[in-house]
Amino acid sequence: MTVREVARDAYREALPALGASLVGGLFAGVVLSGMRAELRAVPGLLVLVPALLATRGNVYGSLGARISTALHQGLVEPRIRAGDERLRAAVAAALANGLLVSSFAAVAVFSILTVLGDTVAPLPVLVATALLSGLLSGVALAGVVVTAVFAGYRRGRDPDTLVGPLVTTTGDLFGMLFLLVAVRLVLFAAGVI
Amino acid sequence: MATDWTVSAITRAMLPVLLALTLVEVGSGLVLGQFEAQLLQYPTLLALVPVTIGTAGNLGSILAARLSTSFHLGTLSFDPADEHLAGNAVATLALALSIFPLVGIGAWGLTALFGSVQLAPGTVVAIALSSGVALAVLAVAVTVSVTYVAYRFSLDPDDVVIPVVTNTCDVLGVVVLFATVQVFL
Repeated sequence: MTVREVARDAYREALPALGASLVGGLFAGVVLSGMRAELRAVPGLLVLVPALLATRGNVYGSLGARISTALHQGLVEPRIRAGDERLRAAVAAALANGLLVSSFAAVAVFSILTVLGDTVAPLPVLVATALLSGLLSGVALAGVVVTAVFAGYRRGRDPDTLVGPLVTTTGDLFGMLFLLVAVRLVLFAAGVI
Repeated sequence: MATDWTVSAITRAMLPVLLALTLVEVGSGLVLGQFEAQLLQYPTLLALVPVTIGTAGNLGSILAARLSTSFHLGTLSFDPADEHLAGNAVATLALALSIFPLVGIGAWGLTALFGSVQLAPGTVVAIALSSGVALAVLAVAVTVSVTYVAYRFSLDPDDVVIPVVTNTCDVLGVVVLFATVQVFL
């Protein structure tokens, strides 16, 4: 193959996935630009955003890859009703890891900003926001990933090629939407207490 | 290589990597924090953040996946004249040139639709496109270097390269966006 042929193949193969994640990323950006009041009210929240978004992608991308490998190997039945124990363990592990890593990110951001002498919201506010958004977006993403991978597999699509674009598109969007919901709930609760 | 499907086995396999990657991402968050005032002043710039990070990470991970496959198939050599290396590098640049103008137009258009914009569409597209081209060059450099290191240390590029490259490109996305905004504003 010549350089031109390799480049053309690579370009054609990648463009749809990039286009799909472009749409998810743009809408996530609109949500982020619409939460300026919350970003001002919770100093340090913006610093937390990349870590939270990446965690969604890393955790649920890996869940999707795990399930699609298991489907290929016949370890998991493509049915949610079966209540497969492996499937339940994989989803539970993804949720647990997501929550653990989200709160770790909140503690890291709080500690670093405190050491740097920057203004930062109280630790409980950051941790509660990270945990709540991790839980809400985790449940939504696990649902989407499992449903879409199973549906794709039953229709004869290779789940491996579905997972990447699906998780990058929905991960950013759900990650930001539920971050907005979480920070509003936490600010409301903090105002009440 | 197959992990047992229990919560504790999956967690043992994943958690150390996840925690390390999180610290890298907190680094990119700290860069965002450095220009928080500008981002809050110009909502369009804030709208560019997730999509720039995401697209940069995707460019890197797609290139990494392709190089890893060529590497496993034995068709890749680390020579600038190698057609797989050069072709994939050219494709990454071409993808950036096609996607990032849309990133700029989309971010400006959606912010105009849902709120108020202060920046001219041309400025936003210029910021997006220059960031995109710089990111494509960096993504190629990072991916090729990391794949080469994985190869030298006999690590499976599939395990190592993709997460390292994706998260490094995420950070570079924020750094490059920050630098570009300082040039244009």
